[in-house]
Amino acid sequence: MTAPILAISRLSVVSTRDRALILRDVSLSVGRGETHGVVGESGAGKSTIGKAVLGMLPRTVRVTGGEIRFQGQDLLTTPQASLRRLISEKIALIPQDPMTALNPSRRIEGQLTDGLRLTRGLDARAARAVALRLLNEVYIREPERVLRSFPHELSGGMRQRVLIAAAFALEPALIIADEPTTALDVTVQKQILRLIRNMQSAHGTAVIFISHDLGVVAQICDFVTLLFGGRVIESGAAAQVVESPGHPYTRALLEACPRYDRPDAGLRPIPQEVIAQLRAEGQAP
Amino acid sequence: MVEAVALDLRGEAPGHTRWEFAGACLRDPKVVVGGGFILFLVVLALGAPWLAPKDPLEQDIILGATPPAWLAGAEPGHWLGTDDLGRDVLSRVIYGSRVALTVAFVASALAAALGSMLGLLAGWRRGWTDATISRLVEIWMAFPPVLLSILLVAVVGPGIGSIIGAIAIIDWTRFCRVVRAETMNQASADYVIAARAIGFSQTRILIREILPNVAPVLIALVSLEMGIAVIVEAILSFVGLSVSSDTPTWGGMIAQGRQLLHQGWWILAAPLTMLFLTVLAFNLLGEGLRRALDPVMRR
Amino acid sequence: MSEDLLVAQNIDVSFAQRSGLFGVVPASKVLQGVTVRVGRGETVGIVGESGSGKTTLGRALLRLIDVTAGRISFEGRDITRLSETEMRPLRRRMQLIFQDPMASLNPRHTIRRIVTEPMLFHRVAINQTDAERSARAIFERFNLPLACLARYPHELSGGQRQRVCIARVALLAPDFVLADEIVSGLDVSTQAQVLNLLKALSRDLGLSMAFISHDLSVVRAICDRVYVLQAGRIVEDGLCEDVFAAPKSDYTRALLDAIPLPRIDAGWLDRSSVAQVSA
Repeated sequence: MTAPILAISRLSVVSTRDRALILRDVSLSVGRGETHGVVGESGAGKSTIGKAVLGMLPRTVRVTGGEIRFQGQDLLTTPQASLRRLISEKIALIPQDPMTALNPSRRIEGQLTDGLRLTRGLDARAARAVALRLLNEVYIREPERVLRSFPHELSGGMRQRVLIAAAFALEPALIIADEPTTALDVTVQKQILRLIRNMQSAHGTAVIFISHDLGVVAQICDFVTLLFGGRVIESGAAAQVVESPGHPYTRALLEACPRYDRPDAGLRPIPQEVIAQLRAEGQAP
Repeated sequence: MVEAVALDLRGEAPGHTRWEFAGACLRDPKVVVGGGFILFLVVLALGAPWLAPKDPLEQDIILGATPPAWLAGAEPGHWLGTDDLGRDVLSRVIYGSRVALTVAFVASALAAALGSMLGLLAGWRRGWTDATISRLVEIWMAFPPVLLSILLVAVVGPGIGSIIGAIAIIDWTRFCRVVRAETMNQASADYVIAARAIGFSQTRILIREILPNVAPVLIALVSLEMGIAVIVEAILSFVGLSVSSDTPTWGGMIAQGRQLLHQGWWILAAPLTMLFLTVLAFNLLGEGLRRALDPVMRR
Repeated sequence: MSEDLLVAQNIDVSFAQRSGLFGVVPASKVLQGVTVRVGRGETVGIVGESGSGKTTLGRALLRLIDVTAGRISFEGRDITRLSETEMRPLRRRMQLIFQDPMASLNPRHTIRRIVTEPMLFHRVAINQTDAERSARAIFERFNLPLACLARYPHELSGGQRQRVCIARVALLAPDFVLADEIVSGLDVSTQAQVLNLLKALSRDLGLSMAFISHDLSVVRAICDRVYVLQAGRIVEDGLCEDVFAAPKSDYTRALLDAIPLPRIDAGWLDRSSVAQVSA
């Protein structure tokens, strides 16, 4: 049994402004090549986990405990310079909003090849060749035209493909996908999800998939961690969490999801008792 | 009966009445400092006949160019000294505030009214109205403002009325552009569509829905404009195109003081300092008011 | 078969783009040959992806934008070319709830003003006291704290704002309500609350509703019938149970197939419908 790529143990993060707990004792581990879903409603803290791993926590929050072990190394105690290098080479991000994630005043080619040239030391021609290959991998039909284009000339789905290509460019060991399909139409979403899955198996990358959508997570993740109020409520194999949830909150959340195959689904909010139980659990030390 | 989860309740907070607004204004340091100084000026201007120690027009050649009270050679009773004609500098500065403030308030009010009205129309109606008004603004702004004001006053003749008119006629474009932009911005908002869906008339939407949201920008601009008006008046009186040479104005005193610099620096320093402080006060007041009156910014 | 309340018959909507002095005017047809019927007391879903024209259709139904062809009728009366003044008395009866409650509430009006003004304008309430009484009653019913009345929109939570928007509309006792993507972007639990609220309200007031959404699952939860819109045309319509169980058009099938359900379905990701790869 191989060691996990990423092991987060008892991570706690507070806001420096009002001392609110953003993450509390969060533990999760991601194995090599695994897709791990981090799911929860807004404010549960799922984006914060992604930012913590990438070393991109804002100045308004502070880590108060725990460790983030990436390939055995604790990212929280690694000095800044080597941390930057490690993260840029081994961990990548697929961001949420394809509209704003790309620089509107630069052509795609520059944005795709930046990382390659900086970290791999490739020259312009070699980097361009790699970029073209990547664009082909993400099923973009006219890669040369796309390289020459500016972001606003591409559709949302296209931009997200470019961002996925950029994420896989440096062959990272781990990719954080932060709600990558939330801003997309549902048909485009399915194509993008399929693409991420294919790229992932081809490159052997592990993926942390952050989402509020239980349906998406159920369909593409091997393992799932459900958060509420900064705490882990339930964690385990996707099949188990989705089909036989243990915690009442998980069950209530699944029942609150509308489903086109069930006319009565989607009309059951989380019951008061479940909220009360969550609150009680949250107070406990 | 609808069951709802009380997850999103917030704590109690005070309401927002007119008194709350007034309180918020008075608590903002910029409003207090800027507004306080302006208030002080208003008192000076209104109470000039009683507050000024001497008659500003009274000349006494023998007492020409005496220094302010804290320097050697000062004449008692002339706190800021006298100019070359023996006129009391302090009194002239106090009386000068009358002209400055009158021009500031009236001219900026007129410019704001004219510019905002046209700006609102242009931003709301779009189409031909907008095209016409925008072209007008562009042409108007092509003229160099100070030269234009000098021209206008020179043609119409000096007097406080013509200065106010000149400033208003030139500066309305500033208001028009800003108000137009902000109106267009607000007009595309969902709450405007909501108002239309309710059935409110166009005029009502413009005045009661959009204008309150344009107001903060307008307030900041008005106070800025008041500072500008004071400066323009000073420029005009500097070149001798302001009110009659008898009435003391800060610009006139600056012009005079510049020439008499070797005789007495205080003749220049006093009005210059007042001018500087006044414009600063207007800017502070405007900025403070904008923040205090804006419920969205006051989180 | 319920009697028709609001009908759009074969409407076209085009947006002409004026371009300054050199008047090249390419007109783009946002809606083409669209027919939609909303009967009394029924909830109709309008579904489509981005760019399908669903928002435009909603605005056209409410006469907030003009149609370039076709006919819109309310209670049998042709309202296609009515002026703003003539539309005014009808406006109370046809209301709109938006997706973003933050944007649809005037940031500089108090909640009290936002909910009572329309009532006074349409004389649903005779004076401020009367209006306020009705407002308080509905706030209690919607589980909104009465303290909200004195506050500004930015001081409320997202769910509270959305409920205020619904309350504002409900207080006018309209016959028809257009709900434009009102639960998109809400948490699943808040979404369920809002949908419940809407359903209860619709039942109690006998409302007819047009529910615009990109999410077919949400439409299933509260709509009786559904229209599927693609690139400005209706490609399918019918009772929800029929359309969802056995969709006739390829596009509807593709839409349904693309929705990930919260259940384990190993073949879902690889199952491709008639989806086009976006180049």
